[in-house]
This record gives sequence, structure tokens and C-alpha cells, in this order.
Amino acid sequence: MSKTLALLHTQADGSLPKAALETLTAAASLGQPFDVAILGAGASAAADAVQGCGAAAFHTVDDPAVAQPRYATDAAAATALIQASGAELVLAPGTSRFARSLPGAAHRVGAQIDTHIVALNAEGGAVRAQRWFYRQRILGAFSRAARPWLLLLDTGVFAPWQGAAGAANAQAVAVAFTDDDRRTAVTGVQKPAADAQTIRPDAKLLFVAGAGWTKKQKDGQFHIGEAGALILDFLGKAQASLGSSKSLVDIQGEGQETLTFMSHMNQVGQTGSTPRHPKGIATCCHGEEPHAVGWRFINERRAVNLDPNCGWAQGKADVLYVADAFEVMAKVNALL
Amino acid sequence: MNGFQIVVCGSLVPDPLQTLEPVTTPQGPGLKNETMLPSVLDPWSAHALYEAANLAKQTAGSKVYLVSLGPKAKLQQLMMTVAQKVPFELVALDGSASGFTDAHGVAAALADAIAAIPGLDKSRLLVFGGCASASRDAGVTMQLVCERLGIRDFFAGVDEIKMAEDGSFAVLERIEGGEYLASTCKGAPAVLAWATGNLPEPPNNPQVGMANMRGVMPSLMKAKPTPAGVGGIAYEATEIPPQKRQTRIVKDASTDEIAKEIVEWINN
Ligand SMILES: Cc1cc2nc3c(=O)[nH]c(=O)nc-3n(C[C@H](O)[C@H](O)[C@H](O)COP(=O)(O)OP(=O)(O)OC[C@H]3O[C@@H](n4cnc5c(N)ncnc54)[C@H](O)[C@@H]3O)c2cc1C
Repeated sequence: MSKTLALLHTQADGSLPKAALETLTAAASLGQPFDVAILGAGASAAADAVQGCGAAAFHTVDDPAVAQPRYATDAAAATALIQASGAELVLAPGTSRFARSLPGAAHRVGAQIDTHIVALNAEGGAVRAQRWFYRQRILGAFSRAARPWLLLLDTGVFAPWQGAAGAANAQAVAVAFTDDDRRTAVTGVQKPAADAQTIRPDAKLLFVAGAGWTKKQKDGQFHIGEAGALILDFLGKAQASLGSSKSLVDIQGEGQETLTFMSHMNQVGQTGSTPRHPKGIATCCHGEEPHAVGWRFINERRAVNLDPNCGWAQGKADVLYVADAFEVMAKVNALL
Repeated sequence: MNGFQIVVCGSLVPDPLQTLEPVTTPQGPGLKNETMLPSVLDPWSAHALYEAANLAKQTAGSKVYLVSLGPKAKLQQLMMTVAQKVPFELVALDGSASGFTDAHGVAAALADAIAAIPGLDKSRLLVFGGCASASRDAGVTMQLVCERLGIRDFFAGVDEIKMAEDGSFAVLERIEGGEYLASTCKGAPAVLAWATGNLPEPPNNPQVGMANMRGVMPSLMKAKPTPAGVGGIAYEATEIPPQKRQTRIVKDASTDEIAKEIVEWINN
């Protein structure tokens, strides 16, 4: 049995992100005693908020140096927290903040680190993990004998912990930050323009647009303005998150007229994201393999394509509607 | 400012259009016909390379290096195309480019190779790489390289770097929900792991190719054998879980019927 730590961070408002609560569930699921460590603004209040999670002890760093996500200070704080707890097994959420900084902390504490963990178990005290290799194409189960071992958990795998708040009596861990740790200054968060705020990680539905929306249609004309209006109308009504094929966002990079609210951030697939949503619908998108690997974590999948032999038909979607997406989405919008 | 030394870490991955099948080898998990699979430059590090070349072009006196760990023969094949894209000097390491190798060992080899570049000047050093590989997809190698080189500033999922006159720079990193974290850094040295950046793939330029190849061949010839293996990872299984779906193909339904069915599906 390894001494276990759930290492978490707060968000700008001092609360714990959902991914942190998921990590608590994962830590509790191993069935062995664990500590909780939290870094970031409001860390000790955040510890109180999860006091009922079953942790034996709470450690925090909420120095102003970690109020913002910054590699050097986050790595230093995480290093101090791991050392203070004496943990051999460290579970942490795979947020952008920790994906950036915990590999550095792992190096500093002489640990090994694995990321994108999608399953964990500790039968007989031996911890085994699973993750995907080759961008969601091959699933591997593995373990490591060396300790400490850091595991970053993919978000959406474990249910968020829910429970009572209380007095956690968290121990503040002092960290000697250096001037070199502060060579970088966070200047802010840039949100996409209002009409481009299309990525909604918590949406029930993922709507994916393919390059077909920007191709000549059956009247021999482009209908890019209409395509944009149909897609935005649908996203608003269904509160869906917007994904894109690579071809569609690449057209944008090449300077051709295309959907202005779409960027590389929307791309799903081999070189894009692999979002988690209960349902997904693909439109004007061929369903090629490098694209479909981005759908690994979409449970129910439907597609609208003019081509009955498109990739979706080859066992990748549950339902393929062979139809014109312009016509179908206009009707769908009218019904919603 | 004497320009930057921009070292890009990037290697090869199987062409994403290939079907991958896991097999067990004496060295650990591998891919069926691995040596025969056509490969491409790892996409996110390819973006890093194009961004590096662009930055070098803008800052007089800069030079780009590409540090690649992969089987020598396959690196040579890859260079036939990659070397035509942008000017760089290759630092080749001869070893496995498998996605099942341990990032810790790979990072140690890359950091050693970077530290051994003749004339390396840390005050001008920017190390670039992809935010994750399309093979291991761990997103940890560049941070481990950063730590091993004793560099304090690291950025993940970078889409933009803007240099100021005084050598400081501004960076945009991808974070959750399609947002960017904006930061400024006092200057080199720093490590940046790129997402897609903003540049299209450069067209092939045979002249660039010819100039690069003069350095590529000698670099491949002296490529150091680098035993990158599974390291401390004990693999128990690697598999492609069955995931073929029984697709229902709806062919002759009216638009109204299809729309109604989709809306019901969305709402329930
Ligand atoms: C290294 C590498 C990495 C890659 N990574 C990714 C990745 O991460 N993500 C990704 O998506 N791709 C990726 N690809 C590209 C991938 O192979 C495909 O080229 C791409 O996904 C195709 O995009 P698409 O389906 O939008 O476009 P197309 O293949 O052009 O398909 C357009 C589709 O639209 C349909 N259509 C047109 N008009 C209509 C209409 N009115 N109604 C209904 N349907 C219509 C057509 O029938 C067609 O099927 C990668 C490729 C490489 C080489």
C-alpha cells in the first residue's frame, strides 16, 4: 500500500474545479488512507469545503505567488506539498494548470509521472492504471514499481465528490519562491469573442461541423453565410459545444472565406481535442479515422452526410442520416 | 540581441491514416509492422518547427535546430520531406520512436543532446516542442527537458509568441473552454510546447531542402545510439477495444422526419 495524496488546485474564484472533486472520488476509490493537498488562492477555505472527503490530513499553499497559474511557482508549490505529505502515490486532476506544471514537480521530487489516466484500481494494494496511446487508438494497462508516482486523471472519468464541509485545519506549507520563479507574469485570460464562445466542455451535446459546410452545394454555389447562421442558431438553441474537422479549420488558416467563429481550438481528432460529451452529431464531415479518434469519448453518435458511404457508415456512428445538412439543420432549428 | 538559438524537439509518428495494431515484442509493446509503417513528423512538433522558423526569420542571427529521436533509417526517410519545409540543423538520435517508450528516458536523452550542441548559449535559448506527441500523447516530455536543462519558464499548448525589442515575450497558452492564458516572460531561456500555432504548413522548397540535406546526412551518420525503452513502465496489456457500432443508415426519409428524430434524440 502506498501513502496517497490527492493534489488539487483552486480556480481564480477560490473554489475547486470539478476535475479536482473527481480526483477526490478517485482517491477514495482506492480504499486506502489518503491526504489532500491544495494550492492556489483560497486553498485553506477550499480544504474546509471538502473536509468530509475522508482525508487524514490537509496541506495547503495559498501564497500570492500561486494565485495565478504559472509553471515555475506551481511546480515549486506542488513539490513542497508532495514532500510535506511524504506521499508515494499522487493523484491529481488533468487540468491545463496541472498538465503544465506537475511534470516539472515530478522531476523535482524524483517521481515518475503518467497522464491522461482513464481508469485506476488498487486490487490487493497494487495500483494499476489505464491510458490511451497513439491518440486514443490503443488502450494500455500498466503499473510502475518506482515511487513516488504521479498520476494525472483525465476529466470526466470519475464522478465529482460531493459531501459535507467542515473545519479541515489545513496545514499551510511554506514555499521559498525565488525571483527566478517569477520571470513570467500572467497578464490575464483571453476569452473568445461572444459569437465565438462555442466550446462548452459541460454541454450534453457536441455538434461537429466538417468542411462540407464551406463547399459548393447542389446549386453550384457556396453558402457560407447561411452555414454560419444555421450553426450558430443551433448552438444557441441546443446549448451544444462546437467541434470542427481539421479540414474546416485549415481552410480558415489558408485565408479562404469560411466560418469566422471557428478556430483550431474547435478541432477534434488526432491532432485536436477528444472531448467528453454524452452525445455528438457530425454534419458535413466525412468521418475519416484521424477525425473519428476525437470521438472516442462521445457515447451516442449521429451523423448527417450526403454520402451514404462516408466514414460514419463504417461502424463509427450509431445513426447516419443520408441527407443535406443545410436542409436538416434548418428544420431542426425550427423545431427546437 | 544576437538572435535566438531555437531548438525544436520533434520526431516521427505513424501516418494517422494507417491502421495501428498492438503487438508484444521482447522490448515491450509495439505496433504490427512498425518498421514498415509510413511516418510523418509529429504534428504538434511540426507546428513548433514552422513557428521556430518564422521566429528565426524575424530575428536576425537566429538559428533553428531540430532534435529528433527515432530509428535512423526512418528519420532519413522523413527528412526527404521535412527538410524541404524550413531551414534547420538536424541533431539526430538513433533509437525507438515508439509511443510505448517512457517519457522520462526520452527527455533525458533529448536534454543531453541539447546541452551538447556546440556553442549553446542559454541566454539566447528557446526550446520548442509539441504540447503532446501523437504517439505517447503524454504531454510531459518538454517539462522534463525543461527541468533537466535548469530552465524555469515553461509554457504548454502555445498558440502564439510575440517578441518585444528587449527580448521579453508574450505567450498565449490554451486552457479550458477555448480560452487562452496570456503571460509575459522576461526572455530566454524558456521552453514552449506548442499546440497548432497560427501558421499553415510551408510549401516544399527544394532549395531549402538541398541546403538542409548537407547537414542532415552527416548528422544521421553520427546519430548516437539511444536506448529509449519502456523504462519503469510495466505494461500488462495493450489492446484496441472493440468499438465497431451497428450503424443504422437512414437513406430515404424526408427532411421533416429526420429533423424530428434528431430533435427527439437531443431532447431525451
Ligand atoms: C497528420 C494528420 C492529422 C490529422 N488530424 C486530424 C484531426 O485531428 N481532426 C480531423 O478532423 N482531421 C484530421 N486529419 C484530416 C483527416 O484525415 C480528414 O482529411 C479530415 O477530417 C476531413 O475533414 P472533413 O470531413 O470535414 O472534410 P471532407 O473530407 O472534405 O468531407 C466533407 C464532407 O461533407 C459532406 N457534405 C458536403 N456538403 C454536404 C451537405 N450539404 N450535407 C451533408 N454533407 C455534406 C461530403 O459528403 C463530405 O463527406 C488529419 C490528417 C493528417 C494527415
